[in-house]
Amino acid sequence: MMDAPLLPLFILLTSLLAAPILFALPERAARLRTAINLGMAALKVALVGWLSIKVSQGVIYDLRFEMLPGLEFKLQADPLAILFIALSAVLWLITTIYSVGYLEHGPHRARFFGFFSLCVAATVGIALSGNLFTFLLFYELLTLATYPLVIHRGTAEALRAGRIYLIYTLAGGLVLLLGTLGLWVLAGTTDFVPGGVLADVVAENRLAAQLLFVVLIGALGVKAALVPFHRWLPIAMVAPAPVSALLHAVAVVKAGAFGIMRVVYEVFGIETAQTLGMTAPLAALAGVTIIYGSIRAITQDDIKKRLAYSTVSQVSYITLGVALASPIAAVGALAHLIHQGLMKITMFMAAGNLAEGLGVKRVSQMDGVGRAMPGTMLAFTLAALGMIGLPPLAGFVSKWYLAQGGLQADQVWVIALLLGSSLLNAIYFLPMLHRAWFRDAAPEGTGAPGRPRIGWMLAAPPVTTAVLVLVAGSFANAPFSPLEWTRFIVAIEYQE
Amino acid sequence: MSVEISPMILSVFVPLFGAIAAFVLPRAAALIGFATLVLTSGAVAWLARDVLAAGAVGLPLGGWGAPLGIDLRADGLSVAMLALTSVVGFLVSIAALDSLKGPEQARQRQYFWPLWLLLLTGMNGVYLSTDIFNLYVMIEVIALAAVGLTVLSGSRAALQAGLDYMYASIFGALLFLMGVGFVYLQLGRLDFAGLTGAAPTGALIAALALIFVGLALKTALFPLHFWLPAAHANATAPASALLSGLVVKAALYVVLRLAQYMPFPSENLLTLVGLMGAGAVIWGGVQALRAERLKLLVAWSTVAQIGLIFVAFARAGEVGLSESWKAAALLILAHGIAKAAMFLAAGRIKDEIGHDVIRDLDRTPIRPTLAQFTFALAAISLIGLPPSLGFIGKWSLMEGAMAAGYWHWVGVTMAGTLLSVAYFSRVFAGFLRFDRVRAPVGEHQGWALADAAPLTLALMAIGLGLLAAPVLSFIEIGYPFGVAP
Repeated sequence: MMDAPLLPLFILLTSLLAAPILFALPERAARLRTAINLGMAALKVALVGWLSIKVSQGVIYDLRFEMLPGLEFKLQADPLAILFIALSAVLWLITTIYSVGYLEHGPHRARFFGFFSLCVAATVGIALSGNLFTFLLFYELLTLATYPLVIHRGTAEALRAGRIYLIYTLAGGLVLLLGTLGLWVLAGTTDFVPGGVLADVVAENRLAAQLLFVVLIGALGVKAALVPFHRWLPIAMVAPAPVSALLHAVAVVKAGAFGIMRVVYEVFGIETAQTLGMTAPLAALAGVTIIYGSIRAITQDDIKKRLAYSTVSQVSYITLGVALASPIAAVGALAHLIHQGLMKITMFMAAGNLAEGLGVKRVSQMDGVGRAMPGTMLAFTLAALGMIGLPPLAGFVSKWYLAQGGLQADQVWVIALLLGSSLLNAIYFLPMLHRAWFRDAAPEGTGAPGRPRIGWMLAAPPVTTAVLVLVAGSFANAPFSPLEWTRFIVAIEYQE
Repeated sequence: MSVEISPMILSVFVPLFGAIAAFVLPRAAALIGFATLVLTSGAVAWLARDVLAAGAVGLPLGGWGAPLGIDLRADGLSVAMLALTSVVGFLVSIAALDSLKGPEQARQRQYFWPLWLLLLTGMNGVYLSTDIFNLYVMIEVIALAAVGLTVLSGSRAALQAGLDYMYASIFGALLFLMGVGFVYLQLGRLDFAGLTGAAPTGALIAALALIFVGLALKTALFPLHFWLPAAHANATAPASALLSGLVVKAALYVVLRLAQYMPFPSENLLTLVGLMGAGAVIWGGVQALRAERLKLLVAWSTVAQIGLIFVAFARAGEVGLSESWKAAALLILAHGIAKAAMFLAAGRIKDEIGHDVIRDLDRTPIRPTLAQFTFALAAISLIGLPPSLGFIGKWSLMEGAMAAGYWHWVGVTMAGTLLSVAYFSRVFAGFLRFDRVRAPVGEHQGWALADAAPLTLALMAIGLGLLAAPVLSFIEIGYPFGVAP
């Protein structure tokens, strides 16, 4: 039997060790590559399942070794880590299937899947990091692993986007390094502890603690695409569809949002952050980002860009829920981490299918695509309605809890914000659905006559995730649903 | 009097005899070279075991001992430098076997081995010396061999660069020797121990300043860096790797070593050293941004990173001096390994695609991906991204500066990091762009066994970061940084 204490390490290694093997495989060894990819992804899902059962039983995993005197590399599997790691494991498996189909005859597949694996390893590492120092290591690895994926096509446009991506994220990483050092110097530890580690420091040195909050949240805000650090995200849309899907749903923006959670809950502690007077500005910034992203999305004709601005908006729901400093809003934020992932990955895979199957890349070309690709568009529709917040879909559950949390925190403006945002979501999503289902295809036809041929590897993944969107919303109160797990976490973070 | 065989004596004299043998028997030079390297590495390993077991070890030569005779001494820092030299040297030698294999390189092959083994003699001598005259002699040995390696390729540019290097080196040595003379006039002795506790008179400070300037010239500290870029860029790849990875480290080591015995100069002087380092970080970075050739870019990045090591010396002022030396030592090791890997990788890329013009890296369907990957890994360590050893060094640097409230050094480090990202990403863009080639690009083209040595080095530069704690505790054996806990 596998040595149980090392379970988190094995989960990390499933994708970390796959990477060098995938790099070294010859380009033509497609079957072997697919077998390794899917095998490792499935193994990871199984291991994560096992880990989550163990953690729910109260087993504590804690692996550490010293990198510099006092400074530890630390992996820790707590309920919050499980939430994120489960999301990444499941969506990695689905995206891997999709990528294999998407890149079937494309160039540089060895490189692609190698970095793809590294990217997932970095995400898993981010989830399992037991202190900010370890988090920083994986956060930078994530940047380095995603860069080659973003510029995968190797065109001038892709490289330009890659450069902007790299500048934003590495600058953010450098600021995070500064913040991590600051925390280390101020507090003498970078550990993630529910309730935070800075309570003593705040009493003595309020200004330094406030600065530290700004530095850390600013650094993480780059990846979380908080305004004004969001510009890279729509530009990074030149990446292949599965990469965009992964970037938006699991990897990069989520790493930022997840980091904000860790910093607010377990570095500062929600009470300390409130004492510092930092939660209200953060909530306001998240609110601005939510509205700004939605407004920008309306005018985008490029489907992927519209989805990207929608991500800018939607990911900030998570930050909003954290910053409201109410346990109920926290439930909404955490649930949205999962729900947004499921919905967004569905939409990006569907958009990829439209481009592959019909050559449709713009909203104005979407007339009648529903008839040409009903499965894909049905999935897209479910996800879009979920985003708008229609019950019983997943997005409704998150918005419901966020709104209640706003009331609990006496922040009535949150209700208005959520209503306004939902309205804006409807304004930019409904026309897409209308075109797809209720208009006839243009005469000279963007769509080829008859059904476009896309393989099951492209068709099945978005349908699967769309079903998950429906299930996560409808059975939100079932045991082991994201929502239930979320309540478990919030009880820990709010030390109830 | 019986002669005791000591690993310290072996690690200096084995390479010396090897150099002579390789010179006399050019046909067997490679064989002699590898035999010498294996024996020398064995001696270093033996020494490492002794130091681990017993702490710092000393050895009086000729039975007199200090202050008159020649003493050898090894502590954790010495052994770390010896090990760096052995490991990097061994892997560079393996790479040299491949890159000097052509028939037109017969002359290069003939001279490479004796020069390199002579260089090894000098470097091992520096790391074991305990008095400044001995240091002077060893530094001269290094200079002689290093200039020879610079001009090895025989191209006009290399000869010109080698000449400049020689002038700089001779002048630096002259300053060093004058300093040594003044120290002797002041104190009447030349061993390190004699420097401790000496009253910091004006004359002594002036003498030490001469020594420092001489060393700064040899290690190419801004604004005395003028000779380095051309010399390192025009040498043949394995020679560049040795020059950039190892040779400049010898002078840096001497600065580090003397710093612990010297009277503390003054906060202002220390700041001046830091400022020169900061100048190097900025100027080297800007020049690397403008460089048109890959090897020149790598050479300018050496100027910048040497500067960062000097910033590390100054990072916390007098308060955290011994911690600053530790940070500098980590950066020295990190740079030695990563820069050797990078020069070898750059050489491999140039060999495969026939040129190293950065702008045209993407115009060829030949993509030596493994060498490119190696280059990128080395860049990760040089930029200072986790978990590499370069990251750990940078972390230590910034940690001390921040704790001391010296935000200017934090700022310099961050600016240097951003600059290095900017100039290295110029290269990555060339590796990864595909729309300017017509022919299909194969993924695994241009892989060769010759990639193994640089890849190993690059992986070490990354992986050693995870082992930084044991590395650091090894370096501290014998308290080379002054403070006993």
